[in-house]
This record gives sequence, structure tokens and C-alpha cells, in this order.
Amino acid sequence: MSLQSARHPDPVDPIFRGLAFAAATTLLLTLGGLIVALMIGGWPAISKFGFGFLTSSTWNPVTEVYGAAGPIVGTLITAVLSLAIALPIAVCVSVFLTQYCPKAIAQPVSTAIELLAGIPSIVYGMWGLFVFAPWFARTVQLPILTSLDPESFWGKLLAGVPNGANIFTASIVLAIMILPYMSAVFRELFRSIPPQVREAAFGLGCTSYEVVGSVLIPYVKKGMIGVVMLGFGRALGETMAVTFIIGNSHRFPDSLFASGSTLASTIANEFNEASGVHLASLIALGLVLFLITFTVLAIARALLSSQRY
Amino acid sequence: MDRALRRKFANQAFVVICTGAALVALAALALIMFSLLTKGVGGVDLMLFTADTPAPDSPGGLRNAIVGSILMCGVAMMIAVVIGVLAGTWLAEIGGNTPYGHVVRFLNDVLLSAPSILIGLFVYWWVVVPMGGFSGWAGAIALGILATPIVTRTTEDILNLQPNALREAGMALGASQWVTVRSIIWKAAGAGMLTGGLLGFARISGETAPLLFTALNNQFLSFDMSKPFASLPGAIYPFAMSPYETWNTLAWAGALLITLAVLGVNILGRWLARDKDHK
Repeated sequence: MSLQSARHPDPVDPIFRGLAFAAATTLLLTLGGLIVALMIGGWPAISKFGFGFLTSSTWNPVTEVYGAAGPIVGTLITAVLSLAIALPIAVCVSVFLTQYCPKAIAQPVSTAIELLAGIPSIVYGMWGLFVFAPWFARTVQLPILTSLDPESFWGKLLAGVPNGANIFTASIVLAIMILPYMSAVFRELFRSIPPQVREAAFGLGCTSYEVVGSVLIPYVKKGMIGVVMLGFGRALGETMAVTFIIGNSHRFPDSLFASGSTLASTIANEFNEASGVHLASLIALGLVLFLITFTVLAIARALLSSQRY
Repeated sequence: MDRALRRKFANQAFVVICTGAALVALAALALIMFSLLTKGVGGVDLMLFTADTPAPDSPGGLRNAIVGSILMCGVAMMIAVVIGVLAGTWLAEIGGNTPYGHVVRFLNDVLLSAPSILIGLFVYWWVVVPMGGFSGWAGAIALGILATPIVTRTTEDILNLQPNALREAGMALGASQWVTVRSIIWKAAGAGMLTGGLLGFARISGETAPLLFTALNNQFLSFDMSKPFASLPGAIYPFAMSPYETWNTLAWAGALLITLAVLGVNILGRWLARDKDHK
């Protein structure tokens, strides 16, 4: 510190520090305020239905009885299913881009994928509703419906109205939506590996499959799990891409091709018509969603904290 | 020999699977872009920008929605840039290494990926209910909250990249921390911070869920942000869900507009960031 500034400290300095501190605290308050809002707003429903709110699958605005089991299970199924579809593809895409693809193609393709990660989810939802669902109903659901015995295991698993609006198609649309994001971050992870690691593995005589499977992926394992959790968090909380195509029924999903709902899609669909206990129940759904996503995101961030993305 | 053969086979299968997966992924994404283009372009004409959202089965455009989106995103970005730049600066320059700084950074990262519909509920509870109704301000606040963590994060990252010699140079000249940050650090990091702002803008311009119960929608051209306010995503959602073909066409045209805007802003942001790297 110079002598001059010690004698005449800049009067703006404390103001600047104070404002910056206040801005940082605003972020904290936002999250705190979110929890408080969800708890107060959802309280009438939580106190009325108690623990049964989580286990009951009745959702009846006429009799004012609400249970979140349907949306909760719908949310978990779609998120897990979409992750199961997107994860292997995303790993393959990033491996392809960093290991096999000629450099001249890899750069533009990577950029394109990163750009696609920014496309608003409503576009994916519209594509699902107008293009994918009708196609799926025509070419997949109808043949299955007519050829399978409805009493068999597969017949039960794949039963449903053949309109393409169901849990399975919603999961596929979700998977396509999180795919660019996960591929882009996986690619960054692979690129962060020092080239010596790869060269050393090749030097030992590994095939490129062994290099990727036994050296590169274990090297960034922690980061990859973190990214998977981030993708999972995204799939759990996604609203628009799902609301368009999941069919929005509140019953407990009993088959893969049955219409269902997620926490976010139920809130989006019914919030503006709701009042009283219905509104409180929707906010309580928000609280459940918050608790699930917060846990997932916290784990993801803890895993990623050593290598920030 | 058998083992070598097996390894070779496994390797080749892996390469084929990876290439195939990459092709499938790219094909799916290309398919979506193709549908968006073919279905969207048909609805783009002069009326799209000069007429307001119509009644079912009558001609119209999306002027009110476009204006609404621009206004709300503009206000949201003002909120996000002020809070985000200050918070990011605090994390990078002042208190980032304190325990409180670690908590703030962690929570910012959580907010960064929190479901946007929850932000909508937050604003509904703390803004819409006390103010007594849906409004453009509420929508702008919701979008601002979504963009703030992005700006905070990029600001912190960019400031951390600035060499300490810059800070020492400021101190050696007797400048206060405020002057050092404002005249040296922020200036040096300008392009990167602008990129962060653009990325935040790109993220919120397509957000639908948080607007559903904050800004609601408005069928007419309005500049009064204390009333329910139109937005492009807010118009697309009901139009796409409706059975009317004219509305569906408008929804696709609107989706195309948003996508082009988001892509354009993202490309601009990247271009600015790359320009910086090359210097």
C-alpha cells in the first residue's frame, strides 16, 4: 500500500466493497428466499396431507385431495430413462470427437454441439409434440399394440393409448435435449487430460479402446460423475420439453407407454387455474422438486469442485 | 495371438460404436433443426413483425411478443449484470477465499442449474402475490435471477484469469482497490465479461417456465411493465398447444426466431471471446 492511500483512503473503496458484498449476499438470499417461499406456500398442503402427500397417487381437484406420488415417480422415471439413453451416446460422441475424428471436422462439429446445447427447451418440446410423437405412435406404438398379447409382460409394459404422448417419448426428447450439453462437457473433460497420459498409455501398447476405457475415463471419473449428476439435475427440473409430450395425467404410471406427469410439468400446467389447497399442493410439489434437485446438484458440485466446469 | 486378435476386434468395435453414436446424435439434432426450419420459415413474413398475436384462425403476427421479450430480457439483463458483476468481483477480488465466499460460490453454482420453474415459483411468491398481480416486472425479475448466476460465474472466472501483476501495478500507483478494479481489472477483462453477459442473455431469452406465472401473457402491444406482459415463449407455448393451425404456424415461426436469436447471441459471444484469445 502506498503512503498516500494510507493517509487519504479512497472514500469509494468501502462503498465498493460493501456493494460487492451485498451482491454476493443477494445470491444467498435468493436461495434462502426460495426455500422459505416453497415451505410457507406449500405448508397448507403439507399440514393437511402429511406424509401421505408423498405416497398417495390421488390428484383430484374436485374432492381437493392431492398426492404427489404420480408426479414424483414420473419425474424419476423420465430423468433416469433419459440419462440412461443420453449418457452412453454422450460418452461415445465426446470420445469420437477427441480421439477419432479428423481435426478439420472435429472443431466445427464440437462448436455446433455446444451451440445446440443453448437451444431453448421449448423447441425440443415442440419437436416432440409435432414431429416425434405422431411418428412414434404410427411406427412404433401401433405395431406393438397389434402384435403383442396384452396380458404378457411386454404387453403390459408397453400398453398405452397410441398417441405418442407418454413417458417413454418424453424421456427420449429429454435425452436429446441433455445430449449436446453432456457431450460438450465430456469433451472438455477429455481435453483437460494432459497429452502425456494418453501418449504413455499408447506407448505401453494399448489399443485406443483400452486407452479410453482403462486410462482416460478413469482419469476424469470424478468429473464425469459430476457431469452426469448435472445432466440428471437438468432432466429432473426440465419443464417445457416434457410438458408438451408426457400427456399430463396424474395417475401412477403403470407402463412405459402410458401418459404421466412430472413435478415440473404439473406445476406448469395447473398453476394458473389453481387456488387454495390446490395451489398449496402445487407449491409443495415445487418443494419436493427443490429437495431432489438440490441434493443431486450439491453432490454434482461437490464432485466437480476440484475441476470446475 | 488369440488375445491380440480379441483386443484388435474390441478396439474396432469400439471405434465403430463411437462413430455410429456420434452420427445418431448429430442426425437427431439435425432432424430437430430441419423441422424447425421447414415449419418455421413458412410463418415468417412481414406481418410477423408488424401485427400482434391474433384470435384463433385469423391472420396475425408476434409483434407484441417480440417487443415484450426484448423489454423483459433487457430489464432482466440490467439486474443480472449489476448484481452478477459485483458478486463475481467480490468472489474474485475480495472475499472469495473466506468460508462465506465458499458458501456463496457453492450456492451460486447450485442456482446456476436450479430448475427455472422453481425461480418462477419464487418470484410468484415474493413479487406477484405482494404486488397483487402478474406483471412484466415480475417476469423480468425472474429472468434476471436466472441470468445472475451465469454472469457471476463468468465474471469470477475471467477476473481470476487476470495476472496479479495488474493488481500490483494498480497498488504501486497508489490506487485504491475500487480504482484498481474499475480502471484496470474490469477493463482488461471487458471482452470476457461481455461474453458472460451474452451467454446469460442467450439462456434467458428462450426461458418459458418462469414466465408462465410471473409475466403471464398479453394479447396486445404493451409497454406498461406493471401489467401482464407478452413474451415470445409465453406466446409460443399456448399457440403450440392449441388445435388451430394458424396459431401452430405462428408458434413455429416464433420458435425459429428465438432459436436464431439465441444462436446469434451465442456466436457473437464466442467470437468476442476468441478475439480476446488471439491478442
